Amino acid sequence: MNLHQTLPGLHLKNPIMPASGCFGFGKEFAQFYNLSDLGAVIMKAATGEKRFGNGTPRVAETSSGMLNAIGLQNPGVDSIIKNEVPFLQEYDMPIMANVAGSTVEEYVQVAEKISHHVNALELNISCPNVKEGGVQFGTDPLLAEEVTRKVVEASVVPVYVKLSPNVTDIVSMAKAVQAGGAHGLTMINTLTGMRIDPATRKPIISNHTGGLSGAAIKPIAIRMIYQVYREIDLPIIGMGGIETAEDVIEFLLAGASAVAIGSANFKNPIICKEIIDELPVTLKKFGFQSLKGAIGGAHHETSRAGVFRA
Amino acid sequence: MRREWMTIIEHQEIARQTYRLVLKGEMVGDVSEPGQFVHIQVSKEYYLRRPVSISNIDMENKTMTLLYKVMGKGTDAMTEKKVAEKVDVLGPGGQGFPIDKINTKKALLVGGGIGVPPLYYLAKQLEKKGVQVTSILGFQSAEQAFLTDEFEALGDVYVTTNDGTLGHQGLVTDLFPYVKGSFDTYFTCGPTVMLKAVTSELTGVPGYISMEERMGCGIGACFACVVPSNDEKGYRRICCDGPVFDAKEVVLS
Repeated sequence: MNLHQTLPGLHLKNPIMPASGCFGFGKEFAQFYNLSDLGAVIMKAATGEKRFGNGTPRVAETSSGMLNAIGLQNPGVDSIIKNEVPFLQEYDMPIMANVAGSTVEEYVQVAEKISHHVNALELNISCPNVKEGGVQFGTDPLLAEEVTRKVVEASVVPVYVKLSPNVTDIVSMAKAVQAGGAHGLTMINTLTGMRIDPATRKPIISNHTGGLSGAAIKPIAIRMIYQVYREIDLPIIGMGGIETAEDVIEFLLAGASAVAIGSANFKNPIICKEIIDELPVTLKKFGFQSLKGAIGGAHHETSRAGVFRA
Repeated sequence: MRREWMTIIEHQEIARQTYRLVLKGEMVGDVSEPGQFVHIQVSKEYYLRRPVSISNIDMENKTMTLLYKVMGKGTDAMTEKKVAEKVDVLGPGGQGFPIDKINTKKALLVGGGIGVPPLYYLAKQLEKKGVQVTSILGFQSAEQAFLTDEFEALGDVYVTTNDGTLGHQGLVTDLFPYVKGSFDTYFTCGPTVMLKAVTSELTGVPGYISMEERMGCGIGACFACVVPSNDEKGYRRICCDGPVFDAKEVVLS
């Protein structure tokens, strides 16, 4: 079955890519399989200068998921361009760079530099684990529109904006970044969560709160993609708790054109490859003749009355 | 590094809340240094794998011995696994004690609690090289002590417990006056507070420390298990740059 998909800046041989922050810069996973098998790769976040991130512990297990508060640790955009991108460019797949910052100026600076070396950008305005920048841009529509517009102007490749689920009205955020000129959406980022250890009576993660990911958040991701697909005419790369080929189909039916796999890479380092191999059989099993036949399929029989609008 | 379904050959409680798990599989042949670890998937219910250090290797029979302590629900569930069952193992992970590069004649090994197991395979390898091994092993109590006889077969052993039910009552560092002059290099593994005490008492002596931290991926991609370093890079990842570091390489907080 033909799994090809073309999205702004991205010619995908299949719709599967690892999500940002869960795959480093690919080197560690390259020991398990050929990265050219992937539809694309989304790199770990890049900021203007190198960042150490938060204190440890940075992860905690939850029911059907995990919390993380890495805090955008990365070696800085210049080092990433010099030391990390060339490795990924050896493989036959498009590269998305995740762009982060504390100020609009930092986002623009990172986007300007790294866009010359990759196929598309993922604008990270939704990281819940940093004090400045991150989610503050992703929860205020005016700020989101402004940073999107400036990054789109600075970038030489299409810009996808990663939406935060930590908002009341996801559709208004999607509309804001569309107004800012975004070429696509990636959704969803993690949900802010917390765990407390009864033995120590203290939060487990040193940052106290962390981003919840994993199977636990899949229904929220599906709901938000479904809502946004009905209202916004931008391609969506879906993510949030995908662990199987059947999960992928659920995201496609909700309206995603491609998907990213996040924390499942920690359970099984070859999960992306396994899902790519299983996808054609699973599509057939559910009666789909093509990948594209599944996209938005859940909307065909229902009205577009916007009943889910907050 | 590989992912393999390894077969359980032996599984039993050897001290209070401490279990010996012997696994058989091809991965054993990949182990290159004492101090490396494996990352175990307890079951599909538990999202994160559990890092467990390798305590012993039998290359001929392709078995590895792991000792783990019940720390929470995940490790508690691991105790239910039966002989002949298969477990999903990723490994061997990380950099161990660089035994081929270390020039030592007399080694001091300092282990605390579940930090003791990786030092056992190290002690065996050192002894094989003709190195004189002296060990200090610290536990909370006698019922939580293990491997003391095995270490005794390899050299002098000093034991300390928090409650005094076995050996000296107190901390591992209390025994340093007794081992003075009997080592030129030290190797230590245990809680960070112990590692800090050991390294600060032995400043100036070449030393190697093995660290632990809550891990995400266990292969270096997620940056969950970092420790600060003094150099330009500013950090090390415990799962892949460690878990063993030159004591001068990292900053313990």
